Amino acid sequence: MNIKEIAEKKKKLTSGHRMCGGCAVPIIVNTILSSTDDQIVVSNATGCLEVASTIYPYSSWNVPWMHSAFENAASSISGIVAAYEALKRKGKMKKEVKFVAFGGDGGTYDIGIQALSGALERNHNFVYVCYDNEAYCNTGGQRSSATPFGASATTDPAGSVRPGKLEFRKDLVKIVAAHNIPYVAQASVSNLPDLSAKAKKAFDVKGPAFLLVFSTCPTIWGSKTEDTVDIAKMAVDTCIWPLYEIENGKYKINYKPSNKRPVEDFLKSQRRFKHLFSLSNKKIVEEIQNHVDSEWEKLLQLET
Amino acid sequence: MIMAEKIVPLTGNYAIAEAMRQINPEVVAAYPITPQSSIVEMFSQFVSDGKVDTEMVRVESEHSAMSAVVGASLTGVRAMTATCSAGLALMWEIAGVASGLRCPIVMAIANRAISAPINIHCDHSDTMGARDLSWIQIYCENAQEAYETMFLALKLAEHKDVQLPVMVCEDGFITSHCVQNVKIYDDHVMRNFVGERKSVDNLFNFENPIAMGSIELQDYYFETKRQQQQAMSRALKVYLEVGNELSKVTGNDYGYVESYKMDDAEVAIITMSSSAGTTKTVVDRMREEGKKVGLIKLRLYRPFPHGEIRRSFKGIKAIGVLERAFAYGANAPLLSDVKSAIYELSEKPKLQSYVFGMGGRDLLEEHVEHAFNELLAGKTVKEEKYLGLRE
Repeated sequence: MNIKEIAEKKKKLTSGHRMCGGCAVPIIVNTILSSTDDQIVVSNATGCLEVASTIYPYSSWNVPWMHSAFENAASSISGIVAAYEALKRKGKMKKEVKFVAFGGDGGTYDIGIQALSGALERNHNFVYVCYDNEAYCNTGGQRSSATPFGASATTDPAGSVRPGKLEFRKDLVKIVAAHNIPYVAQASVSNLPDLSAKAKKAFDVKGPAFLLVFSTCPTIWGSKTEDTVDIAKMAVDTCIWPLYEIENGKYKINYKPSNKRPVEDFLKSQRRFKHLFSLSNKKIVEEIQNHVDSEWEKLLQLET
Repeated sequence: MIMAEKIVPLTGNYAIAEAMRQINPEVVAAYPITPQSSIVEMFSQFVSDGKVDTEMVRVESEHSAMSAVVGASLTGVRAMTATCSAGLALMWEIAGVASGLRCPIVMAIANRAISAPINIHCDHSDTMGARDLSWIQIYCENAQEAYETMFLALKLAEHKDVQLPVMVCEDGFITSHCVQNVKIYDDHVMRNFVGERKSVDNLFNFENPIAMGSIELQDYYFETKRQQQQAMSRALKVYLEVGNELSKVTGNDYGYVESYKMDDAEVAIITMSSSAGTTKTVVDRMREEGKKVGLIKLRLYRPFPHGEIRRSFKGIKAIGVLERAFAYGANAPLLSDVKSAIYELSEKPKLQSYVFGMGGRDLLEEHVEHAFNELLAGKTVKEEKYLGLRE
């Protein structure tokens, strides 16, 4: 689907929710859910999306939706899929239904990784979507294992002796891919046709599929709300966030920037990296650039 | 109706698995833990042999077991699991979600001690630690009771006035692994008894989709939790109704308590689960010696049947509360409940707290006899006493 077609679809997450201005998450959710015409059941981890879309007695969801806890979106959907399979076998369910779990990076990389791994290994037919805003953004921006090297987070703030986070992000796509599931993809809010195509593939495969989507958070990152898509695009153009997919084990890079931009362009747009532009932290920016370059090279190798 | 009953030698765990086979739930999600494992092992064999229609979710932890049965239950189907000890501790967070979202899940428990020190044997620390989670808790003396209680629990959980999860507790190893003769009722009779689950609303209602598990803040949370409290109160009445219905099938009684030789008793012991069997033997022997002793075996622990306990102990001189759990720094759990139940009696019996059997320590007949003799002699003290403990 192109952007116009995506925009014209009836929204499954309606307006009126309380997500922040400039938040990428509702765009990601609606793009993904618009990519199938089947019925959908959503399981949602505790996080921004959950708290801001279902403040009782209101709900922004036009599809059946459930939330149980922070770390169990994947195991919750396991039970829902199991119920569906049982009813189908008994002839009590005729409809085609797609099952989607949404979690942020905290609920996926960190506290929910065991439940996710288990659900992937059990081969349930569902799509797991991680909207990755690189910190615990719902609760003030604490460090997660998705927080980038050099970023300042409220539990790992830049200070006089420690310049924010000193560890590189966990490579979640590769961890998920190691479960040998049929479809894994990395996407971004900056390229909705690509995201929609990936969502469609994820819905169509038999077995688990996983989407990791770059999700700008102006509130925590300290960026301008109107820059949400541009910042995400910069992450892609710097190769900080390559768009790629792994289909039945085969890597494919969906977009190769003809003119790879320096990481500074991305870092400069956000307050969380502001401290990196002092003279004493110059080496950190170099380290980030080196890391991005080497990861990009590795990815190019994996594709061939 | 002709009932094809049969007597089968079964462990408590196999008796529970047999009940689950007859119930034939749509979803079972479980994770192994000693001494519960043989429940789900046996049930998994039923799945592999095509004896049930159940979708078995072999999860990677108890946290995910509870998460999966909550998810399944929200779709309107029947979902069951089993656990104990560390497994229940790991489930704790989602066990609260199960009751909060009013999921009528039935979970079998083979009671086991809590770490540390690690110990695989029986005490009630695990379920006592979960007594305020808004789960109904029923404690079973033996394999037969555990088997029959599974059916009662399911109908109680799913009753429109209740809609709460239930723990069916048996003593780990003592009951879970001890082979006893169990009367198994006919499949059709039991399936007819439990019928089909009728959910009020569920996740597979695509015409009118609803959100389940919303955030409720200062403006709604309190009312929602109060409704849970009201459902717990209603469960007291429904328990007896469902018990009467089951009684028509089995001929057995399903009161809140089993009252044993209490009619003219001067002193009594109240206890739960397998220790009630030991106590009955001691009561019989002491009765032969002319001592007026009796037993109240408590079956329904949550909701707590205050009225029934009060009535049971009216006119009793001294009560010994025998239980397999500490409440560190406070009165042991059952003692607290019994104490509050008899508060309204104008002539209050004396009370003695006896903690026994922690970590699977045997409760011997002589321990129970010792307790009865202390009660008969009026030797009750405010402090907790211990049976079978080396000082």
